[in-house]
Amino acid sequence: MASGAFYALLALGLSVIFGMLRIVNFAHGTMYMLGAFATYYGASLLHLPFYAALIIAPIVVGLFGVVLETTLLSRLYGLDPIYNLLLTFALVLIIEDVMRLIAGPLGSPYTTPAGLDGLTNLGFTMYPTYRLFVIVVAVVTCGAAWWVVERTPVGARIRAATENPGLVRALGIDVKRLVTVTFGVGVALAALAGVLAAPTTNVQPSMGDSVIIYTFAIVVIGGLGSIVGSILAGFALGLLQTLGAVVFPPISTTLIFIVMVIVIIFRPAGLFGRPETAR
Amino acid sequence: MSRRGTIFALVLAAVGLVLPWFLYPVLAIDVVCFALFAVSLDLLFGYVGLLSFGQALFWGGGGYLTAIVLSRTHVDASIAIVAGVLYAIVLAAIVGAIAVRRAGIYFAMITLGVAQIQYFTAFQLTPITGGENGLNLGSRGTLFGIPMENDRVFYYIAFALIVAGVWFAMRVVGSPFGRVLQAMRENEQRTIALGYRVNRYKLAVFVIAGGLAGFAGALNAIGNHLAGLEMVDWHTSGAVVMMTVLGGIGTIVGPIVGAGVFELLDYFVSKTRIGEETNMVMGFVFALCVLLFRRGIVGSFLTRHTSRAKS
Repeated sequence: MASGAFYALLALGLSVIFGMLRIVNFAHGTMYMLGAFATYYGASLLHLPFYAALIIAPIVVGLFGVVLETTLLSRLYGLDPIYNLLLTFALVLIIEDVMRLIAGPLGSPYTTPAGLDGLTNLGFTMYPTYRLFVIVVAVVTCGAAWWVVERTPVGARIRAATENPGLVRALGIDVKRLVTVTFGVGVALAALAGVLAAPTTNVQPSMGDSVIIYTFAIVVIGGLGSIVGSILAGFALGLLQTLGAVVFPPISTTLIFIVMVIVIIFRPAGLFGRPETAR
Repeated sequence: MSRRGTIFALVLAAVGLVLPWFLYPVLAIDVVCFALFAVSLDLLFGYVGLLSFGQALFWGGGGYLTAIVLSRTHVDASIAIVAGVLYAIVLAAIVGAIAVRRAGIYFAMITLGVAQIQYFTAFQLTPITGGENGLNLGSRGTLFGIPMENDRVFYYIAFALIVAGVWFAMRVVGSPFGRVLQAMRENEQRTIALGYRVNRYKLAVFVIAGGLAGFAGALNAIGNHLAGLEMVDWHTSGAVVMMTVLGGIGTIVGPIVGAGVFELLDYFVSKTRIGEETNMVMGFVFALCVLLFRRGIVGSFLTRHTSRAKS
């Protein structure tokens, strides 16, 4: 279930970015990795407590995303979105290797923050407190993101700019800035997942590698661009993966991809995606 | 293929003939194998506009199956290679039938995801695939009775086979079938309106590309005495995309140049102080390519010349 929380946050960020920019951010897993490293270095160099990192790390990585968007990605708007996929792929290679030079290829452990270690009695079972915390943070964040996009004036502008950027620009709304901010928020969501992951896994440069492909599969299943679809598919597949690991361990690594294949056969647009004519 | 393209191809063939005398022969083997691998991707991306980000599925699949057959049976390598190619073709038919339902970014993400199934299978099916260590081949064996243990001998055998593969790809592109592919890339709706069943064409070219990638992978596995996890890893799928775009998509000769430049750059960078982190340099070069010269090395050259000829 906790892995579902990570997937949901990552898929949400990816979907928010895709919905607005029509690009798939290959470097999403890399931003997740940077979020974890920001937490790690925040603690080891600045003695930043975990709860502060939870806020600061996503902001720092999100700002980095804003820099990438304004200096690099924005140059390729108007071209086939595949070129931005390729550009973000190049960023994966560069950023990962730079981190490898800085931090070394091996991982660094990050201890579970005080107050969140140990187990919590849920009545029917004992559950690790930290995992419970991760789930709560993810559910709250996902709920908030859904509320902002679907129920607030800002969200209405984002949705309008997705449908018809030209018209929204004509209404005097700065679409360019909206795009930049949306990208930054999407990246910050990935970084938040990274912060939450830091105590549960070894913080290492390649930690985003496998995560990004799972996230891709999840947004394909949920329907790319569908916020609700991404969140639900994220939680559901995390749960399914955990159950699969109990029933037949070797399948846990491939189960998500198998589900993806089945979904594409029966619902090519994804479970919550609108069938679209454009690519 | 334009006259300039033909000249390019002949120059490349000449370079290929002398390559193992200037390079470490096993590196030369890698260069030519990756050249055909990149050409296979160009058939999809350059000529139909379908970006497969899981092409390592076929390259690695062909490589692994060939290595499995060779290490277990000691048959002539020709049989093992045919088995590897057939496996890649069957895989491509299955994956293609699923993937062609979507285009663009979805196609890239679906192929990437499906390729991971094989990656994890190769990783976990240790008794057959050797798991993390991969499958080592003690010897390359013989092809039609010719022993291939000498690196240069194997290079020339592989080179001849790969030239045949590239020639085949060029024939595909130049055929009426190839024209339909390019029509789909330029305007899919109009092609449908003309009565072509575009999904069948997409599937057909996906299978052809898969077979060629499997063929290249089979030769690469024999050449390196190894079918390892790297062959099925998504980074390899990414690397071949980089080679293709770097050389120039939709040109066939471009990806060959791209593969050569990529492999050599990677090799020489790994010899410098940067050492293992060559991806950083490759990623940087590729980012520049995507931002500044999307036509690639050969593409820029060919277009500049045609436009000058027109004016």
